Amino acid sequence: MKTHVTTTINGESVEFLCQPRQSLLEVLRDELSLTGCKEGCNNGNCGACTVMLNGSPVDSCLVLAVEAEEATIETIEGVADKGHLHPLQQCFLEGAALQCGICTPGFIMAAKALLEKNPQPTEEEIRFGLAGNLCRCTGYDKIVRAVQAAAELQKESVS
Amino acid sequence: MSTDTTTETPKEYKVIGTRPIRHDGADKVTGKAVYTSDLHVPNMAFGAFIRSPHAHARIISVDTSDAENMPGVLATCTSADLPSLWDKGDNLGEGYVNYAHLSGNILARGKALYKGHAIAAVAATSTHLAEEAAKRIKVEYEPLLATTWVVDAMQKNAPLLHDKLITHTLDDEPAKPSNIAEHVRFEKGNIEEGFAAADVVIEREFKTSTIHQGYIESHVSVALWNEDGRLKIWTATQGSFATRQQVAAVLEMPVSQVTVTPCEIGGGFGGKISIYEQPVAAILSRKCGRPIKIAMRRDEVFEATGPTPGSFIRVKLGATKDGKLNAAEAWVAFDAGAYPGGFIAPGCMCALSCYDIPHATVDGFDVVLNKPKTQAYRAPGSTHVAFAVESVIDELATELKIDPIDFRLNNAAKEGTRRVDGPVYPRVGLVECLQAIQNSDHWKSPLTGPNRGRGVACGFWFNAGLKSSVAANVNADGTVTLIEGSTDIGGTRTSLAMQLAETLGINAEDVIPQVVDTDSVGFTDVTGGSRVTFATGLATYEAGLDIQRQLVKQAAKLWECDSEDITVTDGTYQTKDKSLSFKELAVQVSASNEPIVGRGAVDAPNASNAFGAHIVDLEVDPDTGKVTILRYTACQDAGKAIHPSYVEGQMQGGAVQGIGWALNEEYFYDDHGHMRNASFLDYRMPTCYDLPMIDTIIVEVANPDHPYGVRGVGEVPIVPPPPAIASAMHQATGIRFYELPMSPPKVWKAMMTKNTED
Repeated sequence: MKTHVTTTINGESVEFLCQPRQSLLEVLRDELSLTGCKEGCNNGNCGACTVMLNGSPVDSCLVLAVEAEEATIETIEGVADKGHLHPLQQCFLEGAALQCGICTPGFIMAAKALLEKNPQPTEEEIRFGLAGNLCRCTGYDKIVRAVQAAAELQKESVS
Repeated sequence: MSTDTTTETPKEYKVIGTRPIRHDGADKVTGKAVYTSDLHVPNMAFGAFIRSPHAHARIISVDTSDAENMPGVLATCTSADLPSLWDKGDNLGEGYVNYAHLSGNILARGKALYKGHAIAAVAATSTHLAEEAAKRIKVEYEPLLATTWVVDAMQKNAPLLHDKLITHTLDDEPAKPSNIAEHVRFEKGNIEEGFAAADVVIEREFKTSTIHQGYIESHVSVALWNEDGRLKIWTATQGSFATRQQVAAVLEMPVSQVTVTPCEIGGGFGGKISIYEQPVAAILSRKCGRPIKIAMRRDEVFEATGPTPGSFIRVKLGATKDGKLNAAEAWVAFDAGAYPGGFIAPGCMCALSCYDIPHATVDGFDVVLNKPKTQAYRAPGSTHVAFAVESVIDELATELKIDPIDFRLNNAAKEGTRRVDGPVYPRVGLVECLQAIQNSDHWKSPLTGPNRGRGVACGFWFNAGLKSSVAANVNADGTVTLIEGSTDIGGTRTSLAMQLAETLGINAEDVIPQVVDTDSVGFTDVTGGSRVTFATGLATYEAGLDIQRQLVKQAAKLWECDSEDITVTDGTYQTKDKSLSFKELAVQVSASNEPIVGRGAVDAPNASNAFGAHIVDLEVDPDTGKVTILRYTACQDAGKAIHPSYVEGQMQGGAVQGIGWALNEEYFYDDHGHMRNASFLDYRMPTCYDLPMIDTIIVEVANPDHPYGVRGVGEVPIVPPPPAIASAMHQATGIRFYELPMSPPKVWKAMMTKNTED
């Protein structure tokens, strides 16, 4: 028995059918081919599957797909704007803030959520805001610096 | 902060040493990069395992009939479907693999040797269905006593894992089987004389826990065994050819019948060299005629893949009053996990690798026990022994009232030093690293405050050479496509493209690097041993020279002159009166000449010998035993940093893995030999909230075996953190810690005990 769900994903209206047991992560990846959000643990520990649900960052592996009814979802696929990288994406590239890249979409989503709430975070606030995302490659130094650089870039573009 | 310290007159480079954006970067920040689990092959079905709930058990029977009768179930697979192999094997670059053991680890044969050991697998039309069906496979076990601590497993009365395992040793072969697979021994000088001449002798015992590589992407593969007998595998691997070789051996088929496509890989650190699910997915595919995807859950990754050995190490060092190391003795026992062939040999070779010690012996034991088969983890073996040896070095320096960096400088290995296992170092950069940290702002800034301490330590890893192949195709627009077989695990597409660009005198952006499948490039060993930028870099350099030779020939034809009349400088091809850039020339000749294809194939013989030295400041919370890292500096000899950002990234990432190893990470085993913390929540890897920035100092002492001086950089930085932190903990608390991890409960208990005694 499948449930019909209507959502908005990356600005587009999307309908899908899902089983009650399926997570949002599973539907995004397997049914909708939005494979940019990654599965690292499937139990909310690693943050690789972070998406924005109604404006808040969530581990999509901990959300049931049926809960997405009438929700607005943003995934990593919707972050770049028609061929232009988001400042966070640009700063991750320029600052070499990724190695294997599997955690990168989750970090960018979590950092985007942070900067939307707090456009000029301190280093401590960045570290706290990203503490739900695991990266095993970088030691986080360049990730934190990339978020700092993106905050700076966004400040410049506002002023 | 990052500082580059160049110790010799630097060569002038145009591309090397710059920081271009990595070629696969846009794919990875937008979610477009395709990792294996992102693949959706048409008509794909899904596989799942049933695993042993016991740490050690005889398998009485496996009954798959109930599972097979479920609607939607397509096929099942047990060890009976795998050929039974004699003890044959291969060296895969980061270690030897015995194929009978490998096959037994993939699907248990006769006995389950650890909790999580795969027993059987099933394919179904969905992952959920496959998992449900796997639970319906009936396995009857006779549980046996288990052993999970290396010293216990060595005892005469320990439960035996393998009935016929006779210790491989230089001494007389023992008559009876045991869990000790191998005894290795290295020695130099005369150990008795050495200790007799020492003024201070310190002997200590150390324990380290089992640690996982902790890559965020789990093990995942898709296999398609076609009706024509050809097998295609898409997988997350550090070595596509190593996977091909292992799969072909385990399934007893020619390597040429197997094509392995390495997808983007979400971390490996040594843990994605061995195969696990690949042959099982292949057999399931053959049985049901559909492509099969198997992705491990995180608990399966913890319980059945990796990890690094748990270890027991005894170290005895002797020094003279003036601070000269004179004798060293190490006794090292590593658990290999359920099958022989752990990392005891490299561990023993690394034990005394940082020092010039005239008299030394190292004894090592490879011990099987009821844990997953251990795999390489970043400088495999070196971190364990460095924790022990560097800790005793620190005690010796303290005892002799000599500055710990001066003490190390007094004894540092350098060109001409003979390591205990025989090799004599060529030019290496340990002294330069120690000098660099001694001159660093970090070392010169005082650390004050209660419960705070500072520690230093150094580390070593050989780095591998091995085989690499590349092809480089010159395009009609003057760019070059670089075809390579080294899985890009952290930016090597770019470090290779930059070396080709430097060789040809073009921009890094004008090289388009592609990692391709095993049918599309020559044999290439694993991405491991810190070898890719060095050895595949050598192949890339050769391909560049090959292109240059071909271009000169074609320019001679174009200009109607002799090849000898043409000189090439920084990518400009010229005669007395004509001059064209690489790009201009490539565009001109491509229209009317045979295509230019550069070839590079190497078997790099020598290790590139990397050293590093770290400083850490920390504070211990006396109420909880929690340790906060206040400041960290990692210094390393990179030979020549091709892309400094990614060199720093390796140093920072490695240091943080070492910090996790030192302070928190461990497998908790209960009395039944069951791991009780098989999740990322309970297996506590560092988060960014646990850490400060990691400062880096890149030292560049050119490697004589590479045209640009490159040394591997990936592995060394995990080695120094545990002993550096232990030393800082001593300064902060007055307590020496001899056991990893120095987790809050242990630290708190030690501090309470000390307070009671004080």
